Amino acid sequence: MLTVSKYVFLDLLKNRSILVYTAVLAVLSFTLLGLDGNSAKGLLSLLNITLLFVPVITTLFSAIYFFNSLEFIELLLSQPVKRAGILLSEYAGMALSLSAAFVVGVGAPLMVLLPIGASFVLILTGVLLTFIFTSIGLLIFVISRDKTRGIGAAIIVSLFFTLLFDGLMMAFIFSFSDYPIEKAVVGMIGLNPVDLARILMLLQLDVAVLMGYSGALFKDFLGSSAGSIYSVACMLLWIVVPLLLALRIFRKKDL
Amino acid sequence: MIRILTILSFLMLPAAAFATVIRTGPDSLLQHVLDRARPGDTILIAPGTYKQHDIVVRTPVTIIGENYPVFDGEDKYQLFIIAADRVSISGITVQQTGRSSMVDMAGIRLQNVSRVTVSNCRVINTTYGIYLQNSKNCVITNNEIKSSATDELQSGNGVHAWKSDSLLIRANNISGHRDGIYFEFVTGSVITGNNSRNNVRYGLHFMFSHNDTYIRNTFQHNGAGVAVMYSKHVVMVSNIFEEHWGDASYGILLKDISDSRIEFNRFAHNTIGIFMEGSNRIRILANAFTANGWAMRVQASCESNTIENNNFRENSFDVATNGTLMLNTYRNNYWDKYEGYDLNRDGTGDVPYHPVSVYSILSEKIPTSMILYRSFLTNIIDQAEKIMPSIIPDQLRDDTPKMKKWKL
Repeated sequence: MLTVSKYVFLDLLKNRSILVYTAVLAVLSFTLLGLDGNSAKGLLSLLNITLLFVPVITTLFSAIYFFNSLEFIELLLSQPVKRAGILLSEYAGMALSLSAAFVVGVGAPLMVLLPIGASFVLILTGVLLTFIFTSIGLLIFVISRDKTRGIGAAIIVSLFFTLLFDGLMMAFIFSFSDYPIEKAVVGMIGLNPVDLARILMLLQLDVAVLMGYSGALFKDFLGSSAGSIYSVACMLLWIVVPLLLALRIFRKKDL
Repeated sequence: MIRILTILSFLMLPAAAFATVIRTGPDSLLQHVLDRARPGDTILIAPGTYKQHDIVVRTPVTIIGENYPVFDGEDKYQLFIIAADRVSISGITVQQTGRSSMVDMAGIRLQNVSRVTVSNCRVINTTYGIYLQNSKNCVITNNEIKSSATDELQSGNGVHAWKSDSLLIRANNISGHRDGIYFEFVTGSVITGNNSRNNVRYGLHFMFSHNDTYIRNTFQHNGAGVAVMYSKHVVMVSNIFEEHWGDASYGILLKDISDSRIEFNRFAHNTIGIFMEGSNRIRILANAFTANGWAMRVQASCESNTIENNNFRENSFDVATNGTLMLNTYRNNYWDKYEGYDLNRDGTGDVPYHPVSVYSILSEKIPTSMILYRSFLTNIIDQAEKIMPSIIPDQLRDDTPKMKKWKL
């Protein structure tokens, strides 16, 4: 199992797309952080890039890579190894290499130019997002019948989480603003890993403003460490649940 | 016994020997010593614990504590009441006054006096630390005033001044009271170099107090930094306001203030830097607003205020307001969110900056929508609003935003 992971990891490190991904992230990070002395502004731009790029690229790339290595997986399955083991090691190799790309591309510039607490949180959220969307990519691979549909699904899913979900959420908040929807809103946020990542950063950068709103939502949820714990817990669930689902489906899948 | 004899022998000296030095210790009653002292005497208080209370000073004497003798009110009584002019009191510890709803229990109370000095004293766990009523030309300096108040109703103020004039409150450390310093009907006074923190309500509180100045003070972690209410001609210069967090927390709260100046202050990590309501003709110049929730909240009831040459950096929202009426002037400020250009390179941006962001208005109407703050969607809304303002008050703008930040 470890051998397969290692093989996938090394194969991906040599992959040109991963290299380009790392390079683009690194260039963006250096330019944004070096623009002017205003650290918070650079960090915010990096957050926006993380929230937009990481889900889309991770989902697409992992789905495509899994489809491309279908023959390799079939070959491995002819050996006396478990299906779950192979899928998990594929996942581990994929998630680790994409995380490595993110840590090198965004993390290294951040550590050099802006070594503060919020930067660490940004790196953590980036890595968590990578794991989550690799897991979703894997699920898409397992469910879809062919590559074209898989890629289509990957595009739709990643756009749904980055753009569409917030739009629906905003429509919900504005149309039901007269009702006590705070709890529902906190619950709904848990359904979108991108929003969870954003809130983790919001708690680092904008606590002062969040404390300015009255109401239980901001006091109890966003105003204390409960918000961070909730977000991280939900994100971990977002890694585990699609992964388990994928394993379950893959175990019975007719290849 | 020997001490009393010494005192008695001093008292038997002819009247010509004025300004004598009297020593006293924990065994004798300070009240007796004070009653027999003549104007100009110096009373040296030996170290130790004095379970004496309601000590009234009726003659102009100098009271000096040696190595901080402790006067303990046993949670029941008041300690010093100064009722004579030109008294100086220093180097003593005053602690554990009682708490009463009938009397404002004070560690050191100044009653209808002038030219009294309270310096280098430690005032610990008192309801009111130093209480000035109807006093003039008094100096409160270098005192350590701390308590551990938890709610507004059960507590008093560190330095409380009522109907006084020409006070100097300097270099005191005040913490854990209701208000660090409280001024009501106090005029022509100066508050400088104090450090007021962890107070339940305000670090410094003005009510109906005109022509006062506070400079170079530090306010941290109070319910709100400074509240200035119903006053005019207040000068606020070079103070530091930090970490006032909560839904009613401000660096400075201005309510019905006019003709005042706020200059060279630093506001960092407050929920709201300056909150203004019903305030007119205030000059807000060369302040640094850094990493606040809202740098300023200027209600529509404010008129003819000028906000110029300030630095606004890393604030979640720069300015918020509650109406469309705009009667204040914003000019020459540096805004880190400004995205304009400067073609003629004169250091001033060519397009105006609108300090009120659309999301601050939206989230005000529906606080829950704050949960979507800084998402991709809200960024799009912000950009669209910048191109075609429809929600934000178009009149509220800085026509000459600076391209580079001021060196403050």
